[in-house]
Amino acid sequence: MDKTRRTILKLAGASALGLGTGSLGLLGKGIASAAPTPPTAANYNSPLHAKRWAMVIDTKKFDDALLQKCVKACHTIHNVPDIPTRQNIKWLFTGDYEETFPTEHNHFVAEKVEHRKFLMLCNHCTEPPCVRVCPTKATFKREDGLVMMDYHRCIGCRYCMAGCPYGARSFNFMDPRPYIKEQNPLFPTRTRGVVEKCTFCVERLAQGLMPACVEAADGAIFFGDLEDPGSEVRKALRENFAIRRKPDAGTQPGVYYII
Amino acid sequence: MLEKALRGSPRYWGLLFVLAAAIGLGFGFYLYQLSYGLTVTGMSRDVSWGFYIAQFTYLVGVAASAVMLVLPYYFHHFKAFSKMIILGEFLAIAAVTMCLGFIVVDIGQPQRMLNVILFPTPNSVLFWDMLVLNGYLVLNLVIGWTSLQCYKKDVPPPSWIKPLVYLSIMWAFSIHTVTAFLYAGLPGRHYWLTAIMAARFLASAFCSGPSLLLLLIMFLRKLTKFEPGKEAIQALATIITYAMCVNVFFVLLEMFTAFYSNIPGETDPMVFLFSGLDGVNNLVPFMWTAVVLGLGSLALLIPVKIRYNQNVLPYALIMLVIGTWIDKGMALIVAGFTPNPFEKVTSYMPTIPELMITLMVYSIGALVLTVLWKIATSIRMEKEGV
Repeated sequence: MDKTRRTILKLAGASALGLGTGSLGLLGKGIASAAPTPPTAANYNSPLHAKRWAMVIDTKKFDDALLQKCVKACHTIHNVPDIPTRQNIKWLFTGDYEETFPTEHNHFVAEKVEHRKFLMLCNHCTEPPCVRVCPTKATFKREDGLVMMDYHRCIGCRYCMAGCPYGARSFNFMDPRPYIKEQNPLFPTRTRGVVEKCTFCVERLAQGLMPACVEAADGAIFFGDLEDPGSEVRKALRENFAIRRKPDAGTQPGVYYII
Repeated sequence: MLEKALRGSPRYWGLLFVLAAAIGLGFGFYLYQLSYGLTVTGMSRDVSWGFYIAQFTYLVGVAASAVMLVLPYYFHHFKAFSKMIILGEFLAIAAVTMCLGFIVVDIGQPQRMLNVILFPTPNSVLFWDMLVLNGYLVLNLVIGWTSLQCYKKDVPPPSWIKPLVYLSIMWAFSIHTVTAFLYAGLPGRHYWLTAIMAARFLASAFCSGPSLLLLLIMFLRKLTKFEPGKEAIQALATIITYAMCVNVFFVLLEMFTAFYSNIPGETDPMVFLFSGLDGVNNLVPFMWTAVVLGLGSLALLIPVKIRYNQNVLPYALIMLVIGTWIDKGMALIVAGFTPNPFEKVTSYMPTIPELMITLMVYSIGALVLTVLWKIATSIRMEKEGV
């Protein structure tokens, strides 16, 4: 109780300060050390739009360092906790060929593919089973294809986790905040008892920025409008052979992998 | 009629006290879960539903099984069930109460529970399950209570009760069908993705539920002067036998499809259950116990002479209840999450807090059942002048 009240008071203070000085520097070290400048209305003048957002990952270009750079960029910006148990939270994570594409039962895969690691994240499916099963519309699909979560409506029934064929969703079994090394004050932390996942950086798209992992990947991830023939993703798909995870599930995933 | 629940033998009060104590103990653990979250359970990112949801599923079956008395009584005028029918309806009430309890303890944000009603979502099977379960609870409360009251006052039941009874018969099938649909429509969960899931659920419900009912009734007969009647017991035992045969048949159908097609998605969960997968084999001893108990119960139930022998029958029923409980209350949920979407196996076992909270919900159900059955038997004793 006490803690909640304190948090609210802190937030109230933060808003007041923010209005007054435009700086969050007085809020103690946890927040001060992260202290990026909060966006202003001007940042939202030129948001990115698409009919259907999609991602193409050029897996050839990834080594361990780049994978970790992407994961770190995502998890730091979004306050994803690092919990050292099987109840952990993952938005962007890695796996080997068999873990990523378990329906491709291949023996003797080309060596470089066999040892390659692949990024996994929410596929932002065209036919998302998680949205179909959610009993409160806490998870929903936007018109531009983003599958979103309302953390304030989610009742924590975890039906979406059973529904997702990609293991993209995580449940906050415990309060995640103690497990966040450095809090980013510009993105909400989540609470115990709700499900969360990758959002395709909806908050960055609204500011005209590419998703954090795309930015961190230095050109190894393409992101754009799948319905625009001139977009980067369509170009990448035209020029390269790409596969998707579990296409037989009928979900029409929005993340493609160039092998 | 409630006053009947307020007057009872020391043994009755003793039982209520024990149940209340168990509820209190379990509630302590529930408070612990409320303050720390579901991290106190054995569930994980991979096995994200566990013991609670499994008990919920099993008990929906128990609730639905009251129809095995109601249907012969109303559709076939099988009067021998007249004494047991109210007990079946009251067991359904207790079972649905426990179902709702298990949902409440399973969700991460129970205080937001009403969002399911505030934001009704017809494309979610969980929304429909909430509707049919609560509807079934209300139907059984109204029907059970009204018919008992009429019996007490020696008046025929009101004419509106019959349509409600017919509705409740259809409704009983619907609660377990919808509960099966919770699982059977999910892409990527191969163990659940089967068209006979609902049929299998109903078959296992119609053998395990009446078995539990019959066991409780035989126990009640020991404690009180209540006599369900030999014909009723034998008829119910026969229904149980048929349902168990169908249940085993359905399991074998699943086995055939999985192992003859040899599709890994189909075989993996079954291999996991019966011999272990990737070194995780903690359910294997339970599964083989279930096989032995299930087939053993059939060996005792199929021969008519043994089935009608009331000294042997309870043992057959106990074997059947434990066997079907392992299948549905332990294996079904975990096997649905095995292997996980990355073809890896994560083991799951309930923790102590999880088991104690389960004990709490079961005790709540037992308390509801004890009070309701006390009312029903007291009224019957009074009428029969025993």
